[in-house]
Amino acid sequence: MLKILKYSFYDLMRSRWSYVYFLFYLLLGIVLLFLNNDLSKAVITLMNVIIILVPLIGTIFGVMYYYNSREFTELLLAQPIKRSSIFLGQYFGVATSLAMSLIIGLGLPFAFYGIFNSSAIWDFSLLLITGGFLTFIFTALAFVIALSNENKIKGFGYAILLWLFMAVIYDGLFLMSLLYFEDYPLDKFSLFATMLNPVDLSRVLILLKLDISALLGYTGAVFQQFFGTSFGVILSFVMLVCWVVIPTFFIWRIAKWKDF
Amino acid sequence: MIEIKDLHKKFGKNEVLKGIDLSIGEGGIFSILGPNGSGKTTLIKAILGMVIPDSGEILFNGESLKNNFKYRDKIDYLPQIANFPGNLKVSELIEMIKDLRATKATHDEALIDLFKLQPFLNKRLVNLSGGTKQKVNLVLTFMFDSPLIILDEPTSGLDPISHLRLKNLIFAEKEKGKTILVTSHILSFVEEIADEIVFLLEGKIYFKGSITELKTKTEQPDFEHAIASILSASYA
Repeated sequence: MLKILKYSFYDLMRSRWSYVYFLFYLLLGIVLLFLNNDLSKAVITLMNVIIILVPLIGTIFGVMYYYNSREFTELLLAQPIKRSSIFLGQYFGVATSLAMSLIIGLGLPFAFYGIFNSSAIWDFSLLLITGGFLTFIFTALAFVIALSNENKIKGFGYAILLWLFMAVIYDGLFLMSLLYFEDYPLDKFSLFATMLNPVDLSRVLILLKLDISALLGYTGAVFQQFFGTSFGVILSFVMLVCWVVIPTFFIWRIAKWKDF
Repeated sequence: MIEIKDLHKKFGKNEVLKGIDLSIGEGGIFSILGPNGSGKTTLIKAILGMVIPDSGEILFNGESLKNNFKYRDKIDYLPQIANFPGNLKVSELIEMIKDLRATKATHDEALIDLFKLQPFLNKRLVNLSGGTKQKVNLVLTFMFDSPLIILDEPTSGLDPISHLRLKNLIFAEKEKGKTILVTSHILSFVEEIADEIVFLLEGKIYFKGSITELKTKTEQPDFEHAIASILSASYA
């Protein structure tokens, strides 16, 4: 698997899109730092961008890579390599290269600005860690979608829908259900619903770390009580890991039975 | 070498292989023929483990293919469409495939020489023409010394000289005692190289034997007409 990972990674590192993605984050980091002149504020703005953009790029890149490398995959399938190694190798190759573009692209400007001597270093690290998780989660979901759909257009469609659902529609439904059931105690429900969506989970984790949970009102207090504890943080990370592991398991399973 | 027992495969509602029983011995050139959609590529891919059969069994040197991938070390496969990761250079691709296989005995340099690929070694694969890609594909296939070689439409996109070189290459491999499976629509090519042909029709084996036997069976003077008579009989 490591060999496949290595080659997928090299292949991507040379593609134009990795550079575009990397340069985008580099520019974003620089511009934000110049405009804000304040590390903590830059981190908040970045969070809003990352929470939406990272899943989108992960999904699109994952689907695109899978469909583009189809013939190459067939070449690999005829080699004495385990099927699961081929697909997991490709998946980790794509996800790792995307995560690297994100971490290096944002890390460089912040490092030069002096993030290491600032108190915002932990907030910033958390931002990069959740960004990394989101990359791995959404690339895995994209691979699952691409593996189960032969038709490229369908695959792309489902992938975009998935992103739209997770990043936008889920919040809308969540909010509507909160309004609709406002007469009932909702703290357990909202905690649970947040846990089930990696995008929301990442957002809440970062917001709480930034200590601006007061902005969240009553729910903020409930969240702070839960996510503020080490139990809450650990559970959140366990959830994020589950979000990586479960789709990865599906990649493995679908790849095992698929015809090429 | 290969033993196929009652192989069935459906893609959705489309039943492609309807009970194939085939035994391929060691040594010699076997050509798999059949009209479009008769299941040639599916059969080959089932042998390679790329298509997972619905029922039936395939044995390679007596071992079942189920949950087995190591046996592919003994197979060299030339896919029908040659498409490689575009960002790699030709030389890197060759190195990569070498790296991925356990067997190290390779003749890549002789083959690069044979197909005159030196000027392309440092070019990226996206920039190559279809025929050149096919030559790279041939190098990747023939550079190992595996006992079984599977060629899916090996002649597509090749110029006449390369075509001739390919033919000599196939004969040279046969001399070494290897088993070679070829699919092709170019009948003159098949007639020249094949020791035995396997004719697939609608997912079943219609005929297996030598070309002479086929001519006798169909009562036709030459190979082309023999094939044509099978096809017109089945379409009529």
